Amino acid sequence: MAKFKKQRSAASAEISTASLPDIIFMLLFFFMVTTVMKDTTLKVKIRPPEATEVQKLEKKSLVSYIYLGPPMQAIYGTEPRIQLNDAFAEVKDIQPFIISEREKLDEKLIPFMTTSLRVDRKTKMGIVSDIKQQLRKVNALKVNYSTKVGLSKS
Amino acid sequence: MIRKKKDRSPNEINAGSMADIAFLLLIFFLVTTTMDMDKGILIRLPPWSEEDPPDVKVIDRNTFIVLVNARDELLVEGDRAEIGDLKDMAKEFIANPFDRVTLAESPLKAVISLKNDRGTSYDMYIQIQNELKAAYNELRDEEALRRYGIKYAELDKDRMKLIKKAYPQIISEAEPEDAGKQS
Repeated sequence: MAKFKKQRSAASAEISTASLPDIIFMLLFFFMVTTVMKDTTLKVKIRPPEATEVQKLEKKSLVSYIYLGPPMQAIYGTEPRIQLNDAFAEVKDIQPFIISEREKLDEKLIPFMTTSLRVDRKTKMGIVSDIKQQLRKVNALKVNYSTKVGLSKS
Repeated sequence: MIRKKKDRSPNEINAGSMADIAFLLLIFFLVTTTMDMDKGILIRLPPWSEEDPPDVKVIDRNTFIVLVNARDELLVEGDRAEIGDLKDMAKEFIANPFDRVTLAESPLKAVISLKNDRGTSYDMYIQIQNELKAAYNELRDEEALRRYGIKYAELDKDRMKLIKKAYPQIISEAEPEDAGKQS
């Protein structure tokens, strides 16, 4: 193509694409910096509730996630299930999970550990209370209810 | 460029595919990226203790009782209420601007007691938490504006602590009941 044009007119009227890689690299770096890798594959459907008084979660490495919602695949039923890391779990698995998460961390960072509960909005509070009780038992007291930013109700 | 003038043989590496490679990487990061989702309502759970919590006698006027049943209906201080009114009710209770005898003596003594049912939906629970938090945030904002003329979030740490001390956020959650099971 380029050759074709050049033959027709010697004057180089086309736009230089030499800076295209630079522009793409810039975009690439932007995404590399802002990105957070998907560390788990979700097996449960989660539509978080909306709230206005939200705070940002800091220090990603100090956060452990507990997912709770109806399973994506119908063969697992429609009752809300807990997901820890990549697998379904029961309420009794939460304590070992938090302990193992804690062992990965530096000792002086342990008080700053946060547990993020990502719970589907249709879930009933019963199972959420069970999880909260387990967290209290294992002394993981900082909890973040993951929400979307929504409009005020009043 | 200088080289090109010297000899026309194309000896340099072709950089035309650089953009394609960068595009490939870019698309990879676009696909694996997850935006936002790490915002939420931060709370602190009370520490676990085996024995039943001691019966702390809080004078009735200092407790703001919020109950939710399995049908997501609200009962605030004994009366039915809508979620939209909860924030203003809580604010009036905590600050008590007209010194009513039924509302809290002072913001320091105000306790919000929240009790839900096991059948309450999580959405409703978050909305209540959100409204109560909003009430406290607004009160703190007002106090910060009155004292220092700027909003609470823009204060420095020491002043923030002072405001926090004046308006401590005490929300006590009772263990949920299982009343709504049959419905």
